Amino acid sequence: MSKDNKENITIKIDGIDVTVPSGTTILEAAKKIGVHIPTLCNHPDLTAKSTCRICVVEDTGSRRLKTACNQPVDSCKEIITNSKRVKEVRKTILQLILANHPQDCLNCIRNQKCELQELTQKENIMDNPFERIYEPVPIKDDNPSLVRDNSKCIKCGRCVQACEEIQASKAIGFNGRSTNYSIGQAFDKATDESTCVLCGKCITVCPVGALREKDDTEKVWDALANENKFVVFQTAPSVRVGLGDEFGYSSGEIVTGHMVAGIRRLGADKVIDTNFSADLTIMEEGTEFLGRLTNGGTLPMITSCSPGWINFVEKNYPDLIDHLSTCKSPQQMFGAITKTYYAEKLGVDPKDMFVVSVMPCIAKKYESKRPEMDASGYRDIDVVLTTRELARMFKENGLDISELEPEDYDSIIGHGTGAGTIFGTSGGVMEAALRTVYEVVTGEELDNVDFEAVRGHDDFKEAEVQVGDIPVRVAITSGLGNAKKLLEKIRKGEADYHFIEVMACPGGCVGGGGQPYTIKHDAREDRMEGLYKDDKQHDIRKSHENPEIKEIYEEFLGEPNSHKAHELLHTHYRNRYTKA
Amino acid sequence: MTKTIELITGTVDKSYMHSIEDYKSHRGFNGLNNAVKMDKEDIIQEIIDAKLLGRGGAGFPTGIKWRHLYSVEGEPKYIVCNADEGEPGTFKDRLFMKKDPLIVIEGMLIAAYVFGSKEGYIYIRGEYRGLFEGFELALKNAKEAGYLGENILGIEGFDFDINIISGAGAYVCGENSTLLNSIEGQAGRPRVKPPRLAEVGLFGKPTLVNNVETFANIPIILDRGAEYYRSVGTEESGGSLIVCTSGHAKNRHYFEVPVGTNLKDIIYDEELAGGTSTRKPVKFVHIGGQSGPLAFPEQFDISFDHISLRNAGLSIGTGAIVIVDESVCLVDYLKKVFEFFIDESCGKCNPCREGNQQMYILLDKFSKGEGTEKDIETMKNLAEAMMQASFCGLGQAAPTALMSALRHRESEFLAHVDKECSKCFKKEVM
Repeated sequence: MSKDNKENITIKIDGIDVTVPSGTTILEAAKKIGVHIPTLCNHPDLTAKSTCRICVVEDTGSRRLKTACNQPVDSCKEIITNSKRVKEVRKTILQLILANHPQDCLNCIRNQKCELQELTQKENIMDNPFERIYEPVPIKDDNPSLVRDNSKCIKCGRCVQACEEIQASKAIGFNGRSTNYSIGQAFDKATDESTCVLCGKCITVCPVGALREKDDTEKVWDALANENKFVVFQTAPSVRVGLGDEFGYSSGEIVTGHMVAGIRRLGADKVIDTNFSADLTIMEEGTEFLGRLTNGGTLPMITSCSPGWINFVEKNYPDLIDHLSTCKSPQQMFGAITKTYYAEKLGVDPKDMFVVSVMPCIAKKYESKRPEMDASGYRDIDVVLTTRELARMFKENGLDISELEPEDYDSIIGHGTGAGTIFGTSGGVMEAALRTVYEVVTGEELDNVDFEAVRGHDDFKEAEVQVGDIPVRVAITSGLGNAKKLLEKIRKGEADYHFIEVMACPGGCVGGGGQPYTIKHDAREDRMEGLYKDDKQHDIRKSHENPEIKEIYEEFLGEPNSHKAHELLHTHYRNRYTKA
Repeated sequence: MTKTIELITGTVDKSYMHSIEDYKSHRGFNGLNNAVKMDKEDIIQEIIDAKLLGRGGAGFPTGIKWRHLYSVEGEPKYIVCNADEGEPGTFKDRLFMKKDPLIVIEGMLIAAYVFGSKEGYIYIRGEYRGLFEGFELALKNAKEAGYLGENILGIEGFDFDINIISGAGAYVCGENSTLLNSIEGQAGRPRVKPPRLAEVGLFGKPTLVNNVETFANIPIILDRGAEYYRSVGTEESGGSLIVCTSGHAKNRHYFEVPVGTNLKDIIYDEELAGGTSTRKPVKFVHIGGQSGPLAFPEQFDISFDHISLRNAGLSIGTGAIVIVDESVCLVDYLKKVFEFFIDESCGKCNPCREGNQQMYILLDKFSKGEGTEKDIETMKNLAEAMMQASFCGLGQAAPTALMSALRHRESEFLAHVDKECSKCFKKEVM
């Protein structure tokens, strides 16, 4: 190991010199020369904690093996990643894990997408000298969104970290010791009694099949098979840029038309774009915002389309509930409109309507089951599927969407604008709102609809936009850990903003808990880019210019924030304060 | 010539040792009084020169540890005394806490003086709750006499107080980073390193963690001087050791002996352990607690010091010596060892959580006559993985006893393969 004056360190890894900045981990340094040290508990979004011990390597300056994920190269002499000694230890650790794992890969939701399976294959494990000590434990599925099957858990702790480090929720932790060591709510409390917001971040980081969404595909198959049901699908903005991952598309590719065709092949009666109700949200939320701004309402106003975020406020900051927009999320607006206005238009009895949402999110399952979500006189939404579940349904029916001719959404409430589509990414709701609010207030047409200041994947974005006489100060954040910082500021009266957009998942819905599994860190960025590209491809990029939106106000709702709009499109929140 | 000495136990049991006056009449606080007249770096140098090796188990040079912490920026610096004496067969720390708490307090005070610490913690294992009251009394007396609190010894700014923290019965909390987590109110599981505790320790601040016996040595070094102290022990390891004998030992007690006393004498000398109470031959001794190695009779003729033992593939650990006679089956004994570690593993890392369970299963196969030569290989591989890859000292040390058994008595495992162990397999009567 040698140091130069720029605090760079040159170290030999497997006989090859590599120069990296001081403090670089062995893992990162090895990557630079194409040496991929296997890992299991490590995850690019989380701090390294070296508990699985799979990434051990040899340092010629140390008696004991070192974990590559957290040990900086600084203190190392020379690294050997693939000596016989290292390989044997690594293999033994993996065999220990496998001896206490059900290994029922064929019945597992993560089959062929499992990091443990992949690692076992890579390490060429064909047998196991250790006795199988695996014992099944009860599955925890006491909520509408999330299933924890601890029989499959390898105790890597990624979910605990994601819940704490990214989402600031600390809903789960480690219980017991030694053979009783397990992950779950403290004292095995019910999910709803904990600070869990059902965001599903834990699912996205789980390397195995211990965590998954509650599978609702069977309910949808039943409805599709039922001749008396009129099945309407809606697809959320970010699903079109996530779904492709499951069908061999490159990350972030827009597959809208193929997806719509696929859903029709499943037997749906109508396929509708949630972008429409995103536009509707902009009309309602924009109007609400202007009302608060001019009538001295509670500011800053904060967006309310992310149900994990709503759960977070209700459970942790009930004193700030008044800051939340009263608008329902686009999903729920859609349900309320479909079973009223749309049913009437189509001449379908709303009791026969079956509304399926395809969402990038598992909290949406919970949201659809909130008792107040029945403004139409029925359950506004019958079933919520995640992007992953939709992909499974396609596969179950032998559909590879890449082989299908693209098709268009149904009308009349089926089409959204570019403003609607960017709801799927952090900053998108704000940008969509600004496009509309600006024009409504000033009566002038925007020269440039691209508000670059609110884009990108920074944790925190802020901007000041001159809207007529008012300099409107806006902030955007995503990930509940970041949102928490903003809430603390609001509580202290230090948040000098008018309007704030918050999404529960980092990057917004593109990184949602219901999106296809990927450990590729930049998938979110690709999907984000995909949505901005989709926005550009739309002829109409402002919600208030959507002809179907104009029509629904003229024919049915009257004005934004009208009495009828309030009845169907707005909601209220509860104090569900829970101690962490 | 007597085998035992009174270097650090000189103030033990002489009288009622919570009394400041009694303590002072036996050279108590001489070390502290000398220290405050010295340059801080000279105090550290004195400890380095004394060749005091940490008495908690790892045997790391105490002076070097102090010198490193001294060089670390940031404050406050915390002084923590590890009194979570959890190694089975070890009761030396208990001795000081019960019968000479003031020497521990004095050791911590000297550290506080060196590092400018205002606050210290002593983490006492939960099972020792009977000792709390006496220790509290000692703290109270020290405070009343001006040895704790503000402006100690009239020195402006020399302020120090000690908090007692009770453990809750977890062996792993004796691991220093785990212990700090426990003090902070977190679950008793080890921390990821780096950063080192000297840099990011208790409440994220630079921290010194030393064992009770280590602290008890500090006043002696500062009182008698490094040269004298080192002359008691060996060239590389100064002072004395408190050895605790148990198991089949005839004399189950603690003994203070110079570092470098012959292990054979410790085991057999009538003044020390005195051989077995059963009069059966010694089969092996288990040194330094459950995480220590087994030593067999052909290894007994050795200087009982850190370096000699290390060179012989052994270690001193906590200084516990469990004597085991010929009536015990080695496999049975090791199963008990792994039962202990299965109970005490925190569960955080794979090699320890899964490894201890699998090791027990393998050993159990030998008990039942189902073990094979291939299983011996599997045990060796597993032991290697646990030692090399466990997260903390607990898992790393868990297979130590097994490894020494396999190194020196593989034959006894093979005897189980052939069902020849007379303790496990009764010969069928024809």
